[in-house]
Amino acid sequence: MNIEEIKELRLRANEIRRLSIDMIYGAQSGHPGGSLSAADILITLYFKIMKVDPANPQWPDRDRFVLSKGHASAAYYAVLALKGYFPMDELKNFRKINSMLQGHPTIHVPGVDMTTGSLGQGFSTSLGMALAGKIDGKDYHVYTLVGDGEMDEGIVWEAAINAVHNKLDNLIMIVDRNMYQLDGNTEKILSLGEVSKKLEAFGWEVREIDGHSITEIYISIMESMQRNGKPKAIVARTVKGKGVSYMQNTHEFHGKPPNKEQYEKAIKELEEEKNRIMSE
Amino acid sequence: MEKESQREAYGVTLQEIGKNDRIVVLDADLSSSTHTYMFSKLYPERFFNMGIQEQNEMGVAAGLARSGKIVYASTFAVFATGRAYDVIRQSIAYTNLNVKIVATHGGLTVGEDGATHQALEDIGIMSGLPNMRVIVPGDAPETKRVIREIMDIEGPFYVRLSREKVPSLLKEFGFELGKAIVMKEGSDLTIISTGITLSMAMEASSKLKDMGIDSSVIHMPSIKPIDRDIIIKYSRLTGKIITIEEHSIYNGLGSRVSEIVAEDGSARVRRIGVNDTFGESGPGWELLKKYGISSDHIIEESLKLIKR
Ligand SMILES: Cc1ncc(C[n+]2csc(CCOP(=O)(O)OP(=O)(O)O)c2C)c(N)n1
Repeated sequence: MNIEEIKELRLRANEIRRLSIDMIYGAQSGHPGGSLSAADILITLYFKIMKVDPANPQWPDRDRFVLSKGHASAAYYAVLALKGYFPMDELKNFRKINSMLQGHPTIHVPGVDMTTGSLGQGFSTSLGMALAGKIDGKDYHVYTLVGDGEMDEGIVWEAAINAVHNKLDNLIMIVDRNMYQLDGNTEKILSLGEVSKKLEAFGWEVREIDGHSITEIYISIMESMQRNGKPKAIVARTVKGKGVSYMQNTHEFHGKPPNKEQYEKAIKELEEEKNRIMSE
Repeated sequence: MEKESQREAYGVTLQEIGKNDRIVVLDADLSSSTHTYMFSKLYPERFFNMGIQEQNEMGVAAGLARSGKIVYASTFAVFATGRAYDVIRQSIAYTNLNVKIVATHGGLTVGEDGATHQALEDIGIMSGLPNMRVIVPGDAPETKRVIREIMDIEGPFYVRLSREKVPSLLKEFGFELGKAIVMKEGSDLTIISTGITLSMAMEASSKLKDMGIDSSVIHMPSIKPIDRDIIIKYSRLTGKIITIEEHSIYNGLGSRVSEIVAEDGSARVRRIGVNDTFGESGPGWELLKKYGISSDHIIEESLKLIKR
């Protein structure tokens, strides 16, 4: 990956953040914090890593992606639209009545591989997709994005044991380690501690990275593609609300839309960030 | 009509009854939404945020109750009854332990979060469990009474609250387990409602009156045990019953009323509720309309019943 490519992906991630804020503001509902923290990961996956065909969303050999932390739907839908799965125009119907774009992702949306929203379940279903790949002798990868709060759920650890047992080396879990869940800091609500060590103890091959560095995201995923009998985890250290100062490192904007004044400030900050990237 | 929040009423009441040091409150990373955070401010030593662990929450609740505590365990209705069902069945209902499951965000009025978060089957799921009592308060004042009353009634409860603010229609009434409230008397037809659809029933009843149809309105907060006597009395009196609820037409109020009336053979019944489908994202009150839950739908069904 060269400098120009990285710059382009960073600009796209910036655009995803902008679109997410637009959508959540327009709906006056949604989850800004976890959408902004996941933007760089989603962009790198869809625009650099995954083998998919937006013109043929059900292509049997495609790589799969499951947004297990389904409440980050705004960022996810924005990426899918940008990738060409459906018209950008659709984004303004996000969370509105009679809309294709439900509050949480559904498989009715072109490009969405699994319906999610009830935390923990998406990760479990990604194991099923990886298993099916093994059964059918296909060489696609299954990617899943899991929230750190989401890892409170028992089913996450049931799946973690199972993935090792079934040698799902075609499964790559990315943890959005932004340190906040709905009610507060993850270590205050239910201390998760060192996710990497926990997963390693379960038998996962684990990498820890800066979840806002396109380069680190890219390299860690490329390294995780090795078929060595082990499922891979990438613990991505991120900032909840990344890119909008007053949304950063707080749970206050976990599930709250910005008001008008806050919206304008957010867009201004993201615009400045865009100009910074362009002038680099 | 003044609208108040049932969730806030829950939080306020927890603060009031928290003096009783047998009370322990649990939540699963939704305390800011369910309002159990209000209890945590006054009694941090008896509040436990379990993180996003609904199953473990119910298991811990059972263990606390088995050790003499009165436990109020909260999360959204969909996760309380769906995710944690087996734990509730085996460790709370079968054991008949003193756990009050108070779930918020029941029904379509969850709104924008969409179908994954809209419990439309929870009343049925919980009513099917032996020992479990199921209460669906109609407004904020009634919520306060219910939360207070169940503290002193040994055994498990499921209380379903709404996300949206609702008109306070029940300020002047009391709450008695297993008893309905007769809001209006009329001899042509009976409208029975549970939870937040009460205002629709009242509105429909007034409009029907203008059309020359006299209806009774019954509010049924206690789904289990249900007020069998009242249902039979009004079934025989009016011969026509409309039920309305923010729930599937299966296994909720409409089903319970139909069973009782069918056994008695005394009335024709029409059920208003969600017709065996999942919900969607959108503003809560608009969704109710779209899915056929409104005063207009009551009137429409009433006219059909009267004409037949
Ligand atoms: C089973 C379940 N329980 C509760 C919720 C409500 N909920 C939505 S998001 C959230 C917090 C998620 O925290 P985290 O996984 O850290 O997400 P992020 O910070 O990345 O947004 C909660 C409790 C849910 N969606 N599913």
